[in-house]
Amino acid sequence: MATVETRGVKKHYGAVVAVNGVDLLTRDGEFLVLLGPSGCGKTTLLRMIAGFETPTAGELLIGGERVNDLPPRARKIAMVFQSYALYPHMTVFKNIAFPLKAQRMDKASIPKKVEWAASLFGIGHLMERKPRELSGGERQRVALARALVREPAVFLLDEPLSNLDAQLRASARDELQQFQRRIGTTTIYVTHDQVEAMGLGDRIVVMKAGTVRQIGTPQEIYHEPADAFVARFVGSPPMNLLQHQNYLLGFRPEHFLPRGTQNGKGKVSTFSFRVTRVEYLGADRLLYGLLNGAFADQKVIARLPSTVTVNIQPETNYDFTVEDKELKFFDASTELRISARPL
Amino acid sequence: MSFRVQTASTANNLTRPLNRRMSIVDSERWLGPFLIGPAILYIVLLIGIPFFMALYYSVSNTTTGGGTLGFVGLRNFSNIIDTPKFQTALKNTFIFALFSQVVILLLSNALALALQKDFRGKGLLRFLMLLPWVAPISIGTIAWLWIFDSTYSVLNWTLRMLGLIQGQGFMWLGLPHLAMGSIIAVHVWRQLPLATVILLAGHSSIPKDIHDAAAVDGAGFWRHFFQVTLPLILPISLVALLFGLIFTFTDMVIIYNLTRGGPYDTTQVLASLAFYTGIAGGDLAEGAAIALFLFPLLLAVAYGFLRIAHRTEIT
Repeated sequence: MATVETRGVKKHYGAVVAVNGVDLLTRDGEFLVLLGPSGCGKTTLLRMIAGFETPTAGELLIGGERVNDLPPRARKIAMVFQSYALYPHMTVFKNIAFPLKAQRMDKASIPKKVEWAASLFGIGHLMERKPRELSGGERQRVALARALVREPAVFLLDEPLSNLDAQLRASARDELQQFQRRIGTTTIYVTHDQVEAMGLGDRIVVMKAGTVRQIGTPQEIYHEPADAFVARFVGSPPMNLLQHQNYLLGFRPEHFLPRGTQNGKGKVSTFSFRVTRVEYLGADRLLYGLLNGAFADQKVIARLPSTVTVNIQPETNYDFTVEDKELKFFDASTELRISARPL
Repeated sequence: MSFRVQTASTANNLTRPLNRRMSIVDSERWLGPFLIGPAILYIVLLIGIPFFMALYYSVSNTTTGGGTLGFVGLRNFSNIIDTPKFQTALKNTFIFALFSQVVILLLSNALALALQKDFRGKGLLRFLMLLPWVAPISIGTIAWLWIFDSTYSVLNWTLRMLGLIQGQGFMWLGLPHLAMGSIIAVHVWRQLPLATVILLAGHSSIPKDIHDAAAVDGAGFWRHFFQVTLPLILPISLVALLFGLIFTFTDMVIIYNLTRGGPYDTTQVLASLAFYTGIAGGDLAEGAAIALFLFPLLLAVAYGFLRIAHRTEIT
């Protein structure tokens, strides 16, 4: 097991800056998720850790050892690719055995090791198949087994679930997390899917335009976003952000509730809300509309759990409240989080 | 004026009158035959008819002098098989084809691997590499004729300057083995670009992730090449080899320009011998028999290779 550290890591492609000075330190055995929109540099960062790209500047350390000049095979890492990158001409058995052969493990112990890895993912019965004869979910398991088989110090996963259908993705997510907890190997996981990031990560690194915007637990990222970008990017629907004077006022849709339905006993702020559209989603109702008064004509979304049974009709004004502790403030120009202001 | 009135009345859906006549492009029944027609015509006129004529010539007693077209059975074949000239040519054909293809496969693989990497001037190198293929082969071989010239050979000069030989130097095209070697060298020079381009295409069809996976799985250069890269480019390599083999078995341009089959017919291959016997020598029937001698073998080779390529195809 090992930690991964990046110190001021940069990557330039000509004039394009893909990664612009990233400092990270994983904890031992941690599940760290790199989250960001496409083009934010998260995959480039992962590929630098793996050794496929050379950083333009900065240092990479795995297990406290500088690895900038080591080839991928010497970094004690294993990687699962978005495409799974299984060797198409080899059977499942040979795919999983490949890293062991490359390690020059003695021939007699290879089959035992391969079976062990395969049994962890329940693919023992697929050993003689070629990758093209497998379903997406099976391929993903083979890729995981191949990564796991030589017991690496660090796991790198590049959007390994994005090629699975929604249902399979949910169960694969669950399995992946259980499995990581069991083996306790430090894992870095790249995704653009915030649900995946929230569900899997011990900590999440939110990236944008080659820089880290926030590092924190899923709770911290969600409830205490460091800036307006994180607030908008995480959460579905995203945080409501209202322009007011020289700051942005933010609150989550699920905290924006009809007056009198707040659970907490804390102080609340009241907004006059003109509902324009109601979306019934089963567990929730989403209310779209515009505010009146000081925030006139700014769009907001409210998310009412099905336990809130207040009758809401479109094209009607209601009084909605937000608990004051749920109000977040951001500087209008830097978008950084600032202390609470009087409304 | 009436036109204007008409468009005004239908202004919503038409801005100009519809051409109501169907053209050939609209008719599926005629478009296909129309497009493929020229190709079929070309193949029938320039390949099909000559091929069947050659088939008949090889069992006839015809000459370029014309006149007779009598059927003689397999007499032409039995006549040629026993001649030393034919046996040498047959042996040379295999030496020529196999040697040059082995060298081409090795070199084109190395070149393709090198050209996969990113380096300065890669575009220029790719362009230069293609030159032997795009330059007219006659001009190329004339240049080679000078390189191999008995008096002015730049090869001999270089070897002399390096102190490797003394005196006159080698008679590159004057001695049977050297002449065959020279022919193979020029053929390799000429075919290398195409083979490299085909292999390059094969290499670039392998997803980058696969190479990355092999790198992270711990494979060194040789394991990576022999266990990952090579099996994945095998199908396309076989197609390249098939083209190369058939092309080499049937080509005579280099021999015609370099040695004219000499010295003493020691560098004849079947294709050149067929030409010298049938066209230059006037014995059309025997020439056709020589030319067609390897046809069944080539057909079998082509069939076999395509079967293997199909079986190893990876999708």
